[in-house]
Amino acid sequence: MDYLLVSVIKTLLIAPLLLATLAYIVWVERKVIAHVQLRVGPYFVGPHGLLQPIADAVKLLTKEDFIPSGVNHFFYWAAPWLGLMFAVTGIAVIPFGPTVDIFGTKVNLGLADINIGLLWILGLGGMGVYGIALAGWSSNNKYALMGALRSSAQMISYELPMALALAAPLLMSNSLNLREVIETQAGFVYGVIPNWNLFTGFQLIGFIVYMICAFAETNRVPFDLPEAESELVAGFHVEYSSMKFAAFFMAEYCNMIIVCSVATALFLGGWHPIVPPAVATFVPTLLFGISAGFLFYHGMNNIRPNDRYSFPFFGVVFAVLALVFLIPGVGPILNSLFWFFGKVGFLLFFFIWVRATLPRYRYDQLMKIAWLFLFPVALANLVLTAFFVTLFNK
Amino acid sequence: MSETLTPTAETEKSGHTRRMTLNMGPQHPSTHGVLRVVLELEGETVLKCTPDIGFLHTGIEKQFESLNWQQGITLTDRVDYLANLSNNLAYSLAVEKLLQVEIPPKAQWLRVLLCELTRINSHLVWLGTHCLDMGAMTVFFLCFREREDILRLFEMFAGQRLMTSYIRVGGLALDPPRGWEKRVRSFMETLPSRVDEYETLLNTNPIWVKRTKGVGLLPVEEMLEMGMTGPCIRAAGLPMDARKMMPYSSYEKFDFNVPTSTDNDVYARYAIRIAEIRESIKIINQAMAGMPEGPVQTSAPKVVLPEREKMKTQMESLIYHFKIVTEGISVPAGEVFQVVESPRGELGYYIVSDGTSKPLRVHMRTPSFGNLQALPNLIEDRMIADSIAIMGSLDFVLGDCDR
Repeated sequence: MDYLLVSVIKTLLIAPLLLATLAYIVWVERKVIAHVQLRVGPYFVGPHGLLQPIADAVKLLTKEDFIPSGVNHFFYWAAPWLGLMFAVTGIAVIPFGPTVDIFGTKVNLGLADINIGLLWILGLGGMGVYGIALAGWSSNNKYALMGALRSSAQMISYELPMALALAAPLLMSNSLNLREVIETQAGFVYGVIPNWNLFTGFQLIGFIVYMICAFAETNRVPFDLPEAESELVAGFHVEYSSMKFAAFFMAEYCNMIIVCSVATALFLGGWHPIVPPAVATFVPTLLFGISAGFLFYHGMNNIRPNDRYSFPFFGVVFAVLALVFLIPGVGPILNSLFWFFGKVGFLLFFFIWVRATLPRYRYDQLMKIAWLFLFPVALANLVLTAFFVTLFNK
Repeated sequence: MSETLTPTAETEKSGHTRRMTLNMGPQHPSTHGVLRVVLELEGETVLKCTPDIGFLHTGIEKQFESLNWQQGITLTDRVDYLANLSNNLAYSLAVEKLLQVEIPPKAQWLRVLLCELTRINSHLVWLGTHCLDMGAMTVFFLCFREREDILRLFEMFAGQRLMTSYIRVGGLALDPPRGWEKRVRSFMETLPSRVDEYETLLNTNPIWVKRTKGVGLLPVEEMLEMGMTGPCIRAAGLPMDARKMMPYSSYEKFDFNVPTSTDNDVYARYAIRIAEIRESIKIINQAMAGMPEGPVQTSAPKVVLPEREKMKTQMESLIYHFKIVTEGISVPAGEVFQVVESPRGELGYYIVSDGTSKPLRVHMRTPSFGNLQALPNLIEDRMIADSIAIMGSLDFVLGDCDR
């Protein structure tokens, strides 16, 4: 009974939070890219454009759902939701934090704790291509069809080095359960170097290979060939409008969150902090405190008149957050959540940063990188890791 | 025409069922205006390419015949939205050749300066949109930041950002505005570092280099046959530049190089245009330093409107004013061809006059048309992504091509 209740509560908490996060990542992306490109980004809907995602959602919901002629109706309807479903389901197995005690009940921070967590994610990632391929095939459009073809080829070739890169840290933790993988990365070597797979496992190469594959897997710049705006107009979703388009959009961002979470769990030590625990407890408080200070300062010396009110308001919010981390009982839970989401957030920021910087690869170059560079490197990495794991474990 | 544009029939006959005909444009994001390209594809490879132009045909050459000589200037603005002043200049120089009037040095220097600003403007827009085609968004915004400065300068001179009509038959429309030297100089001081900024983003970027090096090759002879000019032909190693070969508007008095390269690929075209921006900066700085004093309009009473004050006080001036305003200037009968180097290449105006106040015929030899002609030869047997890169590298403006 307890188990059922906890699961329901967790689902009810995480599902809306996830949807809100997806909407606000778009806001963050627009803001970050705008500032890279000397613009301000969304600014007028709500303070600093903070209500923009809601306005977007309302727009997409109320927009005409146009269906072009000659589409295969069943697959045209199914494809976006199929893609979104596979993306969202992946979130279920990602652990956000350690097992905590809430009112006497042991609760795992994370939805499901299954022993084939990573296989589940890889499987869903492989299925995710169906959403895109079917969308491109069913919409009766040549650009969409080419986008779908590119996507299928790209995802299949990148799945392989990606899985090989992920296999190396799994060898070290000897488990497919993401929670266990993270727990093996606890502690510090010599008291300063965190015992993450990235550092003590010498998985830097694996991490880089995985991140490159992650870009291809999520169809992001510089591997955004399936939607290649300037070549295929919008690629596989060129014929989609309204909520069906939004579903593709959400699936893309959800996939980004998943690949970043997997990277965090397997290479970056999950919720384990980068500094020793004695210091780590105060890092969130310090960061939020500094942010609050900055906001107060810029609120005083404002450039835009509205900032006089909005910056101090956000400053107060940040200051309260900083203090919440100090409350005993709640603090440690929030602290581990902070480290997990901080790492995921940094990786997401990296995705956005790359999008603002790099041009797009050509189709054949993309395949060449996967098969002639990433695949051998990932394979060599795996073999070496296996060798050392056997050597040191005996 | 219709036969060449329906390759499906041909496809069915030859029995290649795997081929797909793709109608790229006229509203595709990378065709830079309204170009339609019918591509025959096998997978991602372009087997056949048939450009279809004429969507922006406005009959502008015919319109010249119903306007008088000065009014024609306003049409030249509308030919190429990125090289208005070059078009103004080509037309004015051609008419001035027929009229045989001498343009005062200050007007010539200012014409050079403005045309070089136009060149920088056009190359910046080219660089930005070309990067956008390749997927690099940020360069676009950086380029448009500087372009905005140039358009503000144009607005300062002519009161208009795009349809400048500032270079007129017989000189310039107006005296340059007060404080223009300061504005141009401060812009010239910031621009070189900004160009460096674009280069840091692109020159060492492996993806950019991979996408552009060795792409879009064509033998020089074939390029010449197709009538390619401008940066494209200079990237193929020919130092063809009307500013050096047939100097006009005192270009022979300026010290500048014509950058060439022998690589003949998309990267070379990019490098040439960047080098040309730097040369243009050099020319503008020279023009600023050696700016002569004097009037900006020639003293030919039958061509240029008299000063307002003289028109009110002198009978003769009033008569000239009346004649020019009511029936326009009359240009001696004859025909003339004048070439200038527009940012896109050789821009020629062929003008025939029958001695009346309206041209008998105006024809333009526009660089975009020649450059676009080579498109099929350049992109056949390449991939779609390459075809976008090559199309961008030709830097055509469809208004300039279709007229």
